[in-house]
Amino acid sequence: MQDSDYVLEARGVTKIFGNHTALDAIDFGLRPGEVHALLGENGAGKSTLIKVLTGAYQPDAGGVFVDGALVTLDNPLHAQTHGIGTVYQEVNLLPNRSVAENLYLGHQPTRFGLVDHRKMEKAAKTLLERYGLAIDPSSDLGSHSVAVQQIVAIARAVELSGKVLILDEPTASLDRNEVERLFEVIADLKKSGLAIIFITHFLDQVFAISDRVTVLRNGRLVDTRQLDSVSRTDVVRLMLGKDIAFSGATDLEPERPTTDVLLDFKSYGRKRSVHPFDLTIHKGEVIGVAGLLGSGRTEMARLMFGADPADQGTITVAGKPTAIRNTTDAISRGFGFCPEDRKAEGIFGDLSVRENIIIALQGKLGWFRALNRDEQLEIAGKFGEAMDIRAASLDMPVKLLSGGNQQKVILSRWLATDPAFLILDEPTRGIDVGAHAEIVRTINRLRDDGMAMVVISSELDEVVAYSSRIVVMRDREMVAELRGKNINPGVIVQAIANSADEAQP
Amino acid sequence: MKRLHLERLANPQLLALAGVLLINWLLFPNFFRITWQDGRLFGSLIDVLNRGAPVAILAIGMTGVIATKGVDLSVGAIMAVCGAVAATMVVAGYPTPVAVIAALAVGIACGLWNGFLVAILDIQPIVATLVLMVAGRGIAQLITEGSIVTFNDPALIFIGTGSFLGFPMAAVIALALLILVTLLVRKTAIGLFIQAIGVNRAAASLAGIRSRMLLVLVYALSGFCAAIAGIVVAADIRGADANNSGLWLELDAILAVVIGGTSLLGGRFSVPMAVVGAIIIQAMNTGILMSGFPPEFNLIVKAGMIILILLIQSPFATRLFVRQRLVPAKAGPK
Repeated sequence: MQDSDYVLEARGVTKIFGNHTALDAIDFGLRPGEVHALLGENGAGKSTLIKVLTGAYQPDAGGVFVDGALVTLDNPLHAQTHGIGTVYQEVNLLPNRSVAENLYLGHQPTRFGLVDHRKMEKAAKTLLERYGLAIDPSSDLGSHSVAVQQIVAIARAVELSGKVLILDEPTASLDRNEVERLFEVIADLKKSGLAIIFITHFLDQVFAISDRVTVLRNGRLVDTRQLDSVSRTDVVRLMLGKDIAFSGATDLEPERPTTDVLLDFKSYGRKRSVHPFDLTIHKGEVIGVAGLLGSGRTEMARLMFGADPADQGTITVAGKPTAIRNTTDAISRGFGFCPEDRKAEGIFGDLSVRENIIIALQGKLGWFRALNRDEQLEIAGKFGEAMDIRAASLDMPVKLLSGGNQQKVILSRWLATDPAFLILDEPTRGIDVGAHAEIVRTINRLRDDGMAMVVISSELDEVVAYSSRIVVMRDREMVAELRGKNINPGVIVQAIANSADEAQP
Repeated sequence: MKRLHLERLANPQLLALAGVLLINWLLFPNFFRITWQDGRLFGSLIDVLNRGAPVAILAIGMTGVIATKGVDLSVGAIMAVCGAVAATMVVAGYPTPVAVIAALAVGIACGLWNGFLVAILDIQPIVATLVLMVAGRGIAQLITEGSIVTFNDPALIFIGTGSFLGFPMAAVIALALLILVTLLVRKTAIGLFIQAIGVNRAAASLAGIRSRMLLVLVYALSGFCAAIAGIVVAADIRGADANNSGLWLELDAILAVVIGGTSLLGGRFSVPMAVVGAIIIQAMNTGILMSGFPPEFNLIVKAGMIILILLIQSPFATRLFVRQRLVPAKAGPK
């Protein structure tokens, strides 16, 4: 990796938080005049790497090199003096100050110790013209669109640093035209020799402007590739799976003798959230949901559960047309939902394991038919045992349990309500191997008992193993429904990337 | 059984109460003397119960609010409004029960307004209840037309100064309310749901708890309790003082709840312990008054207690304690 034309380089950078290795010996090099995309699912280590490169974190091992020389970056301001500037998704400028002030904050031209506004605005005007922005520099920054603010932020970062520009999901809140405009700016900057790191979740954008791509997964470097030599499918494959076995095609669960239809969604959707979709779910069927982060998987789950109610389409439960306006409606029809963010939306950290297990059942029973302590203990004990929850006591706060056991508690919570339909959003994310196996076993057992399930997961081999059918989400739209034989993770990856050019069975 | 008993004795609130009472007794040996006179009990201890009753009543309602991670700053002002309603109505010649029921209804309406702001409009509780805290006194002044409305209605006065089985009426009302509310939250699932909302409202909604309805109810209960306290205080002084009735009592009520072991971060709560907290505060007040210190001292001691309690609740202290005894937390506030 002794490539002397790297303007910014990380060599063997390792970052450890507690006993969690966030970055494991990452090598990353950035050349001048290139746009380098940094990809990875949540928790892959992208933001940690950026924070090391900008001095917000100090690496525990390895080092950061600027122009081939080892540097110690104390903080982002210090990184700026080395020519490294960052623009974040949320523009962190001052909306109620003028554009010019935002550009030169902390570096205002002064005259007799006072800010020389005229000089500053003149400089701002020339600067902004270089970015094709003909706006009044004395206007409030907040009066402009997010895209303009984004460009102002970029102009400021480039002006202050000038060698490396890091763009952390700059397009997340922009519409299509704004994205194009931003890309023009990026292309210009690239031509002028700036090195740019571009972080995004959108593959199209990666292919539109990047020269090289580096993929991280679970804190490890997967690979750095020249983008003109890889296909979209390759990139998705790099992002998602270490052990996606393309050789041994796993068949989906053989088509079962048709059972009764439990749920029928017809052009069910919600504006600005999920495009209308059709989906029929039978009893004893597991629908796997695949898609990249931000593809609308979680939104679909929340829509089905009534957490974000649908504004179009119809739903039929066991043959009866019905309306699900909120979670209470959903639960009363036998739905259950294990959310992706266990800590923020799943567990009640300070409440006991017992209370965490019985709460949905109690919610279903209502305010006045309270389960007494003995009944609670019996229910919690029964499901705790069935799910093999490892807790010293059912009366200990659930926050003291491990992630895997917390997930089992949430699953038990819904099983206690005797549901007909369960939605599991990333049920196996971030939990230990033992709990992982237990949850997969439970999914299989429940399916065999006739429960209908929708399981969202990034673990493709796992999805293939227990699903009867797989639907694929992309850009908040259900783009494919895969069924039958010869479904393997490779086919799913292709459906996600939608590269029709290299179709496989 | 024996261990349970010991555990209950080791309860920090009861220990604090015992400590304050002990200090009072040391300063004033006659503190525990209770006499029977004219069919009622007299003594410093009875006085503590009587004077502590309004804050105890407020604390009963406040506990539920704080357990949902909220706070109700408007209870003092609601007291003034409801006292004014009751007083002006009896003066205008309405029968006492009508006046009392009207005052209680106004209190509930105030609580519903707070609940609407917090649960439906999603305004932060401290801001939402600040509205009525400020506006409430204005409303009370409009009702009393700027003067102190005095009355001679014996039935209404009885609520503030009468006695039942020898105990002061205010304390009896507080006790009855305590029992009622405790039964309501313990014998139904409401207590559990309140805790669930306080710990994690997003998760509560996903678990099918009607968190908005429950939040509105909790604030309505707080308004109801404030109305009772307002009537008691007005009846005690035989008049409605829009400016001073219940002034700053919301802070005492919050302090009582916090002393009672309910965290301002929501979650676990105990209504009886909040009442104990109110009694602790009153015992302190009485003790300081009897000892002859200047009343300013009272406020300083209170401030000191708040600091002490916040320190104990801080993550730092939790770390310190938890490391020493990893006993599973006690199940539910029974």
